[in-house]
Amino acid sequence: MAENENVTAKKPRVRPIVRLGIFLISHSNYVSLICFVSGIVALLLLPILAKNTYVSENALMPGSANNMLSTHHVSHANKFINDLTDSDIESHKIIAHYMSALDAEVTYHKFYPQLNQFHPLHFFTSPDSGLVSKNISCSSLGINVAGIIRAPRGDGKEAIVLVTPYNPKKVGPGEALSLGIAYSVFSLLSRVTWLAKDVIWLVADSQYGEYSAVAAWLREYQAPAFHEADIVNSEICNDSNAINELGQNAYSDRKLYGGFRRAGTMAAALVIKVAEQGNHHEDSLNIYPEASNGQMPNLDLINIVNYLGVHKQGLRIKVTKMFSLLGSRWLNTLGGIFESLGQIARSLNPEWKFGISATEYVEGAATLASSLYYQGLGVPTGPHGAFRDYQVDAITLEISPKVSPTKMIRRNEFILLGGRLIEGVIRSVNNLLEKFHQSFFLYLLTSSSKFVSVGVYMIPFALLVAPLPILAASLHADASKSTPQSTSSTEVDVSHKSWKWLNAARKVLVIHLWGAIVSLLPYFLYQIPNSTPTTNFTVWGILSAFSLLILYFISASPIFEAAPSQPEKGEWASLKSVTISTAFIGLSLMSVINFATAEIGALLIVPICLLARPLKLDIRARSLRALLRATCNLVLGFIALPPVAYALTKGAFEGFYGTNVGDYWNWVESLWTWNSATYLYVGIVHLPCWALCIHILFHPC
Amino acid sequence: MALPPTTIVTLSLLLLLPILSSSIVEEAFSEELLLKPLPDRKILTHFHFQTEAPISDDSFARHHHLFPKSIAQLVKKFHIKAMELSFTQGRWNYERWGGFDPISSQNAKPPGVELWAVFDVPPHQVDAYWKNLTHSLSGLFCASINFLESSSSYSAPKWASQSALGSLRYGTLPREAVCTENLTPWLKLLPCRDKAGLSALMDRPSIYRSFYHSQRLHLTTSKAPADGLDSGIILEQTLTVVLQPNIQRAGISYPDEIKIQPSWSLSSIFGRKINGRCVLAKSSNVYLQFERGLVTQLENIQKNTVAYDSNDTGTEVLRRNLCFELSITPDRVHRELEKSSSLLYEYSIKGYNDTEQFDLGLIWKYPVVWSSPHAPLYASRFLTGSGNERGSIAISLKSTELTKDFIAANNVEEKCKLQVNVLQIVPWYIKVYYHTLQILVDEKPHAVTDFVEKMGVSPSEDKVSPGLMELVLRFPCEIKSAVLNIEFDKGFLHIDEYPPDANQGFDIPSAIISFPDFHAALQFLNNSISNSPMLSKLQEKSPVLSYTEVLLVPLTTPDFSMPYNVITITCTVFALYFGSLLNVLRRRVGEEERLLKNKDANKAAILRRILDKFWGRSSESTQPQQPSSSSSSSSSSSFINPKLFLKVLLVAGIAVIWQYYLK
Repeated sequence: MAENENVTAKKPRVRPIVRLGIFLISHSNYVSLICFVSGIVALLLLPILAKNTYVSENALMPGSANNMLSTHHVSHANKFINDLTDSDIESHKIIAHYMSALDAEVTYHKFYPQLNQFHPLHFFTSPDSGLVSKNISCSSLGINVAGIIRAPRGDGKEAIVLVTPYNPKKVGPGEALSLGIAYSVFSLLSRVTWLAKDVIWLVADSQYGEYSAVAAWLREYQAPAFHEADIVNSEICNDSNAINELGQNAYSDRKLYGGFRRAGTMAAALVIKVAEQGNHHEDSLNIYPEASNGQMPNLDLINIVNYLGVHKQGLRIKVTKMFSLLGSRWLNTLGGIFESLGQIARSLNPEWKFGISATEYVEGAATLASSLYYQGLGVPTGPHGAFRDYQVDAITLEISPKVSPTKMIRRNEFILLGGRLIEGVIRSVNNLLEKFHQSFFLYLLTSSSKFVSVGVYMIPFALLVAPLPILAASLHADASKSTPQSTSSTEVDVSHKSWKWLNAARKVLVIHLWGAIVSLLPYFLYQIPNSTPTTNFTVWGILSAFSLLILYFISASPIFEAAPSQPEKGEWASLKSVTISTAFIGLSLMSVINFATAEIGALLIVPICLLARPLKLDIRARSLRALLRATCNLVLGFIALPPVAYALTKGAFEGFYGTNVGDYWNWVESLWTWNSATYLYVGIVHLPCWALCIHILFHPC
Repeated sequence: MALPPTTIVTLSLLLLLPILSSSIVEEAFSEELLLKPLPDRKILTHFHFQTEAPISDDSFARHHHLFPKSIAQLVKKFHIKAMELSFTQGRWNYERWGGFDPISSQNAKPPGVELWAVFDVPPHQVDAYWKNLTHSLSGLFCASINFLESSSSYSAPKWASQSALGSLRYGTLPREAVCTENLTPWLKLLPCRDKAGLSALMDRPSIYRSFYHSQRLHLTTSKAPADGLDSGIILEQTLTVVLQPNIQRAGISYPDEIKIQPSWSLSSIFGRKINGRCVLAKSSNVYLQFERGLVTQLENIQKNTVAYDSNDTGTEVLRRNLCFELSITPDRVHRELEKSSSLLYEYSIKGYNDTEQFDLGLIWKYPVVWSSPHAPLYASRFLTGSGNERGSIAISLKSTELTKDFIAANNVEEKCKLQVNVLQIVPWYIKVYYHTLQILVDEKPHAVTDFVEKMGVSPSEDKVSPGLMELVLRFPCEIKSAVLNIEFDKGFLHIDEYPPDANQGFDIPSAIISFPDFHAALQFLNNSISNSPMLSKLQEKSPVLSYTEVLLVPLTTPDFSMPYNVITITCTVFALYFGSLLNVLRRRVGEEERLLKNKDANKAAILRRILDKFWGRSSESTQPQQPSSSSSSSSSSSFINPKLFLKVLLVAGIAVIWQYYLK
């Protein structure tokens, strides 16, 4: 035994994991290249790796029952639509009238339009009860009408919500149709015996936006501010007795309880819309699932809609895709390559079926890109987003008829189609014993029936960010090596070395502080009255540059610069190392909050982070490789500038036409009104990292 | 067919204080059915069966004639003073079906199972008796009442009854599904079961198609006035069903259409007729009740159309008038004492048999709109907040028209107060912070002490007992609305404490709101009706009581489908942790380094050396056979390498062969 110990003592054994780490660090350049390239390739492979969706929760049983919605209900709905569009009574009264005739409990919910408020610290807190400006007149009140059908034998613990946004000032034909569809389903549900959950039909007053109406109602439902209600319910707005009028004919007991009504915990919510334009090919259904900060409803909800739409109603189900990508040549070529690869694989072994056709690939990629884009934006794609804030699964279904609703001849048929779909979905959700939990919450859609789950889509991201810590470690090791062989040197040298690292960290910290200041600036700019987006943007840019200068001078002052003697050779390297580590930390954190943002952000920021190297060094080297690297750096540095990156991303996904400077401001404004974490990411992670990279590029060494 | 002389039984109002004017001498059974049209085109049917038996010391052993032996044994064995068990499906709609009449305050129950019992045993034995009782009832009624055995599912309210202090236990199972398997054992307690008499009407499909049905079993032991000993047991079985009369409903109604109340008959709502009485019953009657609002409306209509002679109470007018028509002339009509009174038509089914069946029908001829009387405050309860961390329970009370009447009645007094009692039981995993109780009256926050007269709280204990809050509130009469809000944190359960369907959420049982100042009772002029147990029950002064909704709280749930992953991850983490910890503890780095320095002091730093080695090694890796010069251990490892390599190759080869050729 003693001998053995002696042997191990002679040469300390290093464990394999450490060896591997050291190996990777020592070959960081190749490793980064391989990882980055394979990350991109894996991202491009995602449409191929997508799996077919399946209904995971057994209790849902979509389509197992025959539809009960008949032409009888539809003709009633037709009458309702005619009444709604033709009569000159206030439309909310007509709706309430019809609802109460179905034995539903009806309530009006009055709300004030929410002002756009920038809450810099409210990104992750639960939605609060909102600020309301006091000087709003009664006429500007929005009125939601909510009808509740109590399940005949249910215990009333759960509810399903149907939402139809409509604008009472101008009821468009599409909105009227969506109300008609909801009414036909509602009239059916008021008579059925199988209902186990209460059904709420919310007609949301969308004159101040669909989302704010739904959000206001949900706020009242889930987080009522009991003592603030008096403003809305005050008798000055004499509409409040309208609820009394409507109940008179049916039961006088309606006047008893005019308050806000509730119906248990919400199980799911469906927002029904009808597109105003026909799409000339066939009846189709658009699904919008994305809620704030890239949160998605449970995949099962999409699955049942997809299943019922395709197999029962013969609808064409669509998920938004990037149409600009559909025609792009490189993607088609790529699809062709993958297709031929797949064929080769199949010829080797017929059981390998990973190849998909080129068109399918392009479609999948376009859908995936839009899925990534809208999740990354962090802005909900419809009123359903308000539900997700309360952990309710919700989607928006936009049914677009073959012909425009204005000149629709077969309106009854269309209502029957839509109504049967909604009925089926409600029946499925009604079957649910537990809340949605079986299927995925983290996924990207590549078509309405294909998805990429979290386990797969994490791989490209992991590959993209993996080089960052490796390169950082290698740079750090290099920087410590570049100081004279210090292993056996004195204590002072050691402290000096660690201090050098701290110096770089301090710089990075200051820049990140600047990033935080820049992201808070819009809050103050917002106070400036009568400003156009362009001026706002310019002022913001100037102020940001100015604050950067101030911070730069402060940090350059001798108080902080304890040993300014001469810019050391390896200083940029340690600075880069710290920059890269913060970028890595920032990206990893963001991937937890909003994966898609992190993915897109990684695509933009990782190349410049990896390549950044002082231009002076490259120019001094004068080799072709160095010059190439320098130009790459400049181009990437330009691309990663947030406004440019925004313009490019937007251009890539939505087309370039009509892009101007003010757009970026508008975009930022929309981000903070929607409390998107993407805004924080851009301000606190992306911008400082970009600034640091630029700083490294122009480093005087 | 001469019935034995009936004993006059008067039950106490409060369920728990049985004061009996005369003791039960012999066993008796009576069956009654109350029908009542409801304002929202539905009809309430209320079956009421009462069996009573004297208790003597030997009665435990002997057989009863009418009284179910299982219940008698239950009473005897568990020393039950009073007990009530109810099975309910659906919700009582307090808004449309009323909340201020004896039927709703006694028979409207929360969904699922509700059980309370008062025991006649010393306080320290009560829990043990309760546990045994739940098991017995569970077997008797084919229900999971035994889940009420665990101390975290029942509680002991203090102020629900002063008399039964300490010996009352109360528990609910909101999720219990009620079906015909619970009804059958309940019917078996009746002397005629459902073979004859009124219970023959109970067609299972019609009952379970109803909007609300609640079967109830109420037990009281009565004391003889003389010696104060137990003299008898009274078993009261009721079944309350709310039905929609015409099943084939005529689709959707247009909003402007005036709805006429649907006409019905017993055969149309139950699909059966009454073939005569249960011969064992002392009395078997059917009643049809028209409530106050309806009678007032009817009178108004009569006045408006024809000269209405209020003195004419001839049966023909009662049977057939402008608004409705009854298929059978009532035997008797009872009218309530007050000015706005309700009407009660009595039918005795003594004379009916198989050839002449009893089939009461009501045909409406004119649309009538009325509303049921409501409790002074309409109570509803809801959850606020979102997320898995915290939330709050809010109980909202809104005034109804009755409150206004009450003010008018009590106007003479200086300060009119409206007393409201609230009993709220919360399971332990909902950790309620009682100090956060907030009271908002008319939408303005007030100090709790302004309105709370008494407050009793027994906080929950994790996994042991539920939280219990009893409040005695006194509001001013002119109150419009009040909100009680109390915050809670959501707790975590142990993995094996989750029930099946844990992802559905967890139930908070109904809160009980009672108004002790108000008594829902009908007062009838006719003294002779005190023969009927049900009518005497209706005449009892019982406080108005209403239950709030059951709430569903989503709690955090583990991913039950992934125990394997969880185990794997946990084990890996533990292995890594303990491995590195042991490594750190065992090795002496300083010692090793010192040794190393002594051996080869001229060598460079460890890190550098390793780096060098790897640089070198990576170039060497092409020729693994070359023996390493550094140490014997590494050379031995390099000897193993080719073997390992061979092994891997072999396995890979087998795998490839398996994949391509053997499949």
